[in-house]
Amino acid sequence: MSARKLGLKQRYALMTRGLDWETTYQPMEEVYPYDRFEGIKIRDWSEWEDPFRLTMDSYWKFQAEKERKLYAVLDSFAQSNGQTGISDPRYINAIKLFITGVSPLEYQAHRGFAFTGRHLRGVGPRVAAQMQSLDELRHAQTQIHTISHYNKFFNGMAEWPHMHDRVWYLSVPKSFFDDARTAGPFEFMIAIGFAFEYVLTNLLFVPFMSGAAYNGDLATVTFGFSAQSDESRHMTLGIEVIKFLLEQHPDNLPIVQKWVDKWFWRGHRVLGLVAMMMDYMLPKKVMSWKEAWEIYFTEAGGALFQDLARYGLRPPKYADVATAEAEHISHQNWCTFYQYTHAAAFHTWLPTAQEMDWLSEKYPNTFDKYYRPRYEMWAQMEKDGHRFYNMALPQLCTTCQIPMVYTEPGDPTTIAFRQSMYKNERYHFCSDGCKDIFDAEPEKFAQSWLPVHQIFQGNCGGATVPDVLDWYKLKVGEDNLDFGQSPDRKTWDEWQASKSRLAG
Amino acid sequence: MAQFASLTLQQTDAARPIIEAIIADNPGVRVLNMPGAVKLDCDGKLTVNRASVEQRIGRTWDPQEIHLVLISMAGNLDEDDDHFTIAWRH
Ligand SMILES: [Fe+2]
Ligand SMILES: [Fe+2]
Ligand SMILES: [Zn+2]
Repeated sequence: MSARKLGLKQRYALMTRGLDWETTYQPMEEVYPYDRFEGIKIRDWSEWEDPFRLTMDSYWKFQAEKERKLYAVLDSFAQSNGQTGISDPRYINAIKLFITGVSPLEYQAHRGFAFTGRHLRGVGPRVAAQMQSLDELRHAQTQIHTISHYNKFFNGMAEWPHMHDRVWYLSVPKSFFDDARTAGPFEFMIAIGFAFEYVLTNLLFVPFMSGAAYNGDLATVTFGFSAQSDESRHMTLGIEVIKFLLEQHPDNLPIVQKWVDKWFWRGHRVLGLVAMMMDYMLPKKVMSWKEAWEIYFTEAGGALFQDLARYGLRPPKYADVATAEAEHISHQNWCTFYQYTHAAAFHTWLPTAQEMDWLSEKYPNTFDKYYRPRYEMWAQMEKDGHRFYNMALPQLCTTCQIPMVYTEPGDPTTIAFRQSMYKNERYHFCSDGCKDIFDAEPEKFAQSWLPVHQIFQGNCGGATVPDVLDWYKLKVGEDNLDFGQSPDRKTWDEWQASKSRLAG
Repeated sequence: MAQFASLTLQQTDAARPIIEAIIADNPGVRVLNMPGAVKLDCDGKLTVNRASVEQRIGRTWDPQEIHLVLISMAGNLDEDDDHFTIAWRH
């Protein structure tokens, strides 16, 4: 008779605990130099509980299976020329924003978790952070592989790493991760493990990827859900970190609360790009940004903060402002890109009559009143041969790095301006949330690499728009401007023409 | 406000028996169908039972196989040999 098989909990304990040791050649303080300066107090690392009891052997087994499935789909997508079967070629512009703006963040997450996986003293969170580091590298790789297929046919994707480090709107997601990775390991875990994974990736990977499925993009939905299957572990880790820190010492509460407030607001600002992708860039719609916000922030976030209230943690500051902004943010962002289409590495367009009706239905309080008239005026200007381009370089918010285009809470026709003085310099902000973040760490944010400031300082290739676009490696007339006149459109029309010739 | 325990799974052949097992074993579960994905919400607690899934697929099933089709979740997780449970109340 064979020995009784151990239960999962026992097996997990044996495979993951007691593998650590106290160093003797070097003091532990020198081996783990970064886990004290943030002020977090840990009494006993062994109290850490892993919610997912995934051992390394199962981890490799499941990840290998996910990869096999994903690459089988990618291969057949390429083999059957799946790019010709998407719902509408405008959709590809969401993918351009994804590879230039999001995939580099996966790589940053990989680096960041490799760092925390080295520098946290407890073995439980260290193993979890190391697994997450590997997951994030997988996400970056699978996204690059998937999107490389579209790059063979469409513009705007070829220079994604170069652009990520330079282009004005890409500094928004880039600076979010730069901020997190230059923080200590505990703040990083709250910033990415909690705010990014729990609040943000749900909104990006669930409704947006469902939208990819709906728009016939088999390749993207497959990498999206494959990545998101790891995110369940990631968001659980993020929540576990919060609970662990709050259980360890009462002094941790104000520090954790400050990080939750900061990273919620920073995440909300980055999410504005996803809001616009969902409401404007998916030709076939799954749900509006506002509906997604209700499900994934109000409902899922609400349940979580109700759970965390027993530790004294309250919901993030300005959560009410962010929820009110869900009525506006996608529209205000798309209007901005429409005006700056010459400086964007994807194409823009005015929403069609049917699309505007959908927006009216989904945004009954705001769309017809504030945004439809703007689109109708621009449509008229296009018709008259005066397509509106905004040639002024915008003032940027020092914290989120977004142009100052957002409006006052409760007053959607007045632009919000906030400012702070620091060492005799004046800094500008889009919101109270961004101003608070600066005021708490001015020495950090005073060093922000702000794209517009850098252009004026002569650090971006020259003084004119063509000089700067050249420095971005953005090909004028191919990567930028309206979809209607683009080479992408021409490619698509040729595919359609050859299909109808065959159908004859 | 109600606290929904929630699981989002892929709309695939591999996930379908798991979805069926959840619907059978969790009375009151709400189902939100999206293209490519299905979100299952239940007040307080949601369980996937190994035995229920095995009954449907006719082979042994390790609850950790859920990793292959899981998209998202909300709630605190308890994972063991016989079940995969998420819940808000302890
Ligand atoms: Fe990721
Ligand atoms: Fe992640
Ligand atoms: Zn801002």
